Amino acid sequence: MSSPDGTEPPDRPAEPAASGGEPRIEDVVDTTGPAAVHFETLTDENDDGRPAAPEPEESKKKLDLGPVGHLGDRLFSGLAHGSGGLVVVIVAFVGIFLLALAIPSLADNNTSFLFSRVWEPGGSDPKFGIAALFYTTIISSIIAMLIAVPIAIGVALFVTYYAPRRIATPVAHAVDLLAAVPSIVYGLWGLLFFAPILLPVINGLSAALGWIPLFEKPIGDNVGVIFTISVVLAIMILPVVTAISREIFAQTPIAHREGALALGSTKWEMIRMAVLPYGRSGVTSAAMLGLGRALGETVAVMIILTVPNGNDPWNSSIFAGGETFASKIANNAAEFDTPEKTGAFIAAGLVLFVVTFLVNSAARLIVARSAPGAKRPRRNRRATEGASV
Amino acid sequence: MTAIVENKPAYDGKELDLSGKSGARAFKNVLATVLIVAAFVIALIPLIWILWTVVSKGYHLLLSADWWSQSQRGVTVRREGGGAYHAIMGTLIMALITAVIAVPIAVLGAVYLVEYGKGTKAARAVSFMVDILTGVPSIVAALFIYAVWITIFGFNRVGFAVSLALVLLMLPVVLRSTEEMLKLVPDELREASYALGVPKWKTILKVVVPTAFGGIVTGVMLGLARVMGETAPLLILVGYSKNINLNPFDGFMGALPTMINQDRTELALQPAADRVWSAALTLILLVLALNLLARLVARFSTIKSK
Repeated sequence: MSSPDGTEPPDRPAEPAASGGEPRIEDVVDTTGPAAVHFETLTDENDDGRPAAPEPEESKKKLDLGPVGHLGDRLFSGLAHGSGGLVVVIVAFVGIFLLALAIPSLADNNTSFLFSRVWEPGGSDPKFGIAALFYTTIISSIIAMLIAVPIAIGVALFVTYYAPRRIATPVAHAVDLLAAVPSIVYGLWGLLFFAPILLPVINGLSAALGWIPLFEKPIGDNVGVIFTISVVLAIMILPVVTAISREIFAQTPIAHREGALALGSTKWEMIRMAVLPYGRSGVTSAAMLGLGRALGETVAVMIILTVPNGNDPWNSSIFAGGETFASKIANNAAEFDTPEKTGAFIAAGLVLFVVTFLVNSAARLIVARSAPGAKRPRRNRRATEGASV
Repeated sequence: MTAIVENKPAYDGKELDLSGKSGARAFKNVLATVLIVAAFVIALIPLIWILWTVVSKGYHLLLSADWWSQSQRGVTVRREGGGAYHAIMGTLIMALITAVIAVPIAVLGAVYLVEYGKGTKAARAVSFMVDILTGVPSIVAALFIYAVWITIFGFNRVGFAVSLALVLLMLPVVLRSTEEMLKLVPDELREASYALGVPKWKTILKVVVPTAFGGIVTGVMLGLARVMGETAPLLILVGYSKNINLNPFDGFMGALPTMINQDRTELALQPAADRVWSAALTLILLVLALNLLARLVARFSTIKSK
């Protein structure tokens, strides 16, 4: 019983100070140290089936309540926890508020929100559906990803394994520079300078593959089409995908690479057998993050993409104009006059939020499952290090 | 096995060539090298092209003092003159307010993740939410603030609302980079501080955060660089004003992205086109300056990995 008390002398000297002006017999007994026997007898006298253990616990609590920095600790810990919680609250609020404002408009909607291509919110007979917006958003972002990812992998490999170190760093910074260009500048440049040179590409592709509806070119030489924004979006997401791929490739264990080379691989075989498999999940998640960026890009799309005339029949070709979620909302920012109309656009924004949420979560899941930073490769590295020692 | 057996007779006749690779493998290797270098060249083309376009078309207005000191008040698209002072100040004011709100929350949130919540379920939830916030498109952030600020509270469209939307975009950038930096602070420093009897909050404020300070500043700069070029929140949450308005709580406000947006439909007119490209160049220079500053701070930051 008394042995736990006997083994905690450091707590004792502070105790009388903490308990202030109530000197108790236990204190006196305990500070005398070796008189543990007395202590036991004393507690035994007071004992009503209550062991001595609670008493030292109580004194420990008093010690923790000691004056040094306690208030500051409580405050600071509260602030830190609060900030962490705030992040969760913000994300929850984004979803909740958008939903709350979208629901009344969705309830009044006279057509299928998910499957209709009509967009005539407001008025006495509101009709709006996101099918066309959804299609344009997804197809443009996926094409952007398909263009950007191979190039990003190439640039990342160039920086990590091909370029001499003296060139590699400036090159890496140069590609990062692409991220510093504001999206409205991409939009202007894309519309005025880049789109015209894409016209031959568009003509060529539609001549070769025009029998597929996806590649069928409508009449006229309009370059403000889905394909053009896909290419511009690809340029815009290139820095993100490159930066992440670069980091992952650079982490390939040196033993894997040297092992491959020692077995007689060429440089490319080394990359294919050691670097690429190691970086696969990282590159996949980078591609997903790039996709998320492309889905939400607003101003560049708004500037480049031609809004189809209301009377034209809907065209699924990537060589036709259209509107994405983001460009639709931005194009009509001036129309947010009635709550019903605003609600329709907020509903579209909510769908965009959910889609990007899903894409980003997928990216996270891939990273968590099998990222190079996670368990498996680290174990490998340790194992190989152990072997080399 | 059989291959070796079959090869044996030939071995006596010819010298076995161990130095080279087979033609197909060597060819693949060269092809891969060519493709990788080509990818790099392709990536550089748009960068150089965009920068060249903006610089060559926009530099001359930047050389005049008016550009940095005058507004566009009373200047029409057909007339030359005026400057971007109103837009530069608007961009800077909104970015500053954003930073003042976002940085404390971001740093404290990172402190929570690294120092308090490490390994707990709550911390994992927060971390996940930060990732989600990273992916929130700027237009969705703008719509959310529109829903709260204008639809529910009934306030006007003002610069402060833009800042609130930008907070959502800047917060995760700063939080993540701060978190990475705090993780790099060696535990020995914390333990040494605790051993001297310093309470946890003082340890964090006086030991951990100062050690990671360089990295935190880098994150703040990169976050600012990200939000300054954002256009979508400006379009939805504040009108463009050609006049100088330094009050973020009242009236429309100029900003560089909306200044570009204002004149972009009139690009056929030389004065308007000049202003568009000059505003674009100014914006790129601002963002670039922050990026370079961030790199410099990172280079001289105090943490050195073990």
